[in-house]
Amino acid sequence: MTEFTALSRRGALRLGAAVLTIAAAPKVWAQAAAPAAPTGPFSLPKRSYEANALEPHIDAQTMDIHYNRHHAAYVAALNNAAKDNGVIAKASLADLLADLGQLPDNLRTVVRNNGGGHANHSMFWEVMGPGAGGAPGGDLAAAITRDLGGFDKFKADFEAAGLRVFGSGWVFVTVDRGGRLAVLPRPNQDSPLMEKQLVLFGNDVWEHAYYLKYQNRRADYLKSWWNVVDWSKIGARYAAAKAGTLAI
Amino acid sequence: MSFTLPDLPYAHDALQPFMSKETLEYHHDKHHLAYVNNGNNAIKGTEFEGKSLEEIVKGSYGKNPAVFNNAGQHYNHLHFWKWMKPNGGGKIPGALEKAIVDAFGSVDKFKEDFVAAGVGQFGSGWAWLEVKGGKLAVSKTPNGESPLVNGATPILGVDVWEHSYYIDYRNRRPDYLKAFLESLVNWEYVAELYDAAKA
Repeated sequence: MTEFTALSRRGALRLGAAVLTIAAAPKVWAQAAAPAAPTGPFSLPKRSYEANALEPHIDAQTMDIHYNRHHAAYVAALNNAAKDNGVIAKASLADLLADLGQLPDNLRTVVRNNGGGHANHSMFWEVMGPGAGGAPGGDLAAAITRDLGGFDKFKADFEAAGLRVFGSGWVFVTVDRGGRLAVLPRPNQDSPLMEKQLVLFGNDVWEHAYYLKYQNRRADYLKSWWNVVDWSKIGARYAAAKAGTLAI
Repeated sequence: MSFTLPDLPYAHDALQPFMSKETLEYHHDKHHLAYVNNGNNAIKGTEFEGKSLEEIVKGSYGKNPAVFNNAGQHYNHLHFWKWMKPNGGGKIPGALEKAIVDAFGSVDKFKEDFVAAGVGQFGSGWAWLEVKGGKLAVSKTPNGESPLVNGATPILGVDVWEHSYYIDYRNRRPDYLKAFLESLVNWEYVAELYDAAKA
């Protein structure tokens, strides 16, 4: 998460709380209580664009609920778990996910689901943006050719992998310190970080990511998603991975 | 015996406002149909061709994900449509109500456990009331699994895949589960399955 590493946890917490407050304006769908503003070490990362910025590919309402409800719920649950456990409160998210085994049984699943959800969504907002799309450049483009058979083949394989996830999950591209890439689908909120692999980027194929606009047509969503993929952000993450500074 | 999509036992708009016409159009006409078609394709030329649906679900579990996922979901949805009815919820038939009180302490406690199972199923899946070893229990399963693969018989299930409630309830799964119990459940069908499971 290159963008956010400069923020102190306290700073990130304030930002996250501010975003949540602003976005909590009443809407038709907002009848249920929003998760309480996070009180704890984890917070919603700031998104650098508005909820409607990815229209028409991802609609504003989906973005709003996805960020302010689903992601916020993962953050709130993770903070709740941190109250009961000093390790969760002090460790970085990347370290927590890389070593779920150190946690007691009653908290391991909570952190796997909600910590995974927090990491996956933080990455997700970061790698999308308005006026994006197109194709990667530089050594990332070369790595896609070398490891994934070229950009067109990669896109087709990535979409097929996303389509094959049965039920909720993600399709990721992992990267190692040497810059090698691989496509890796995972169920629910599992993250390659849990297998000590780095995430270059990924797409959310939980139905909540696309149902309001695409309903059962996940294939259309996967195809459309390329229009909002910000290759400059992913290029920065690729450089960070090789430099050893990419966290989540 | 290949899978076929059954008609809904009521009109698409019959469960409004608790489940919308639009939800049932996608859920039944698109999602369930896809499980039927994909299941038929996956079964072609395998040992499962010609077997009963329950045999296919149990036999493919852990062995053939393409067959299992689609057969499992076909089985779950076949019952799901019948587990609901217009003006559902309400009074539970006597013998079943007594069994629920015996097993859970009260009907309210059963409902609380059932909602908790549905909310606690992380990601896509189902929550169940099942008969296992002659006893009633609440359980939950991921994706296309059901109590069948755990040696139990489901007598009531609710789909907690987001496609089942996202159009009507967005992220508010607890509200959907409460509406299902209070206003949609076809308890006569649940009682019928209970009697069959006990027999």
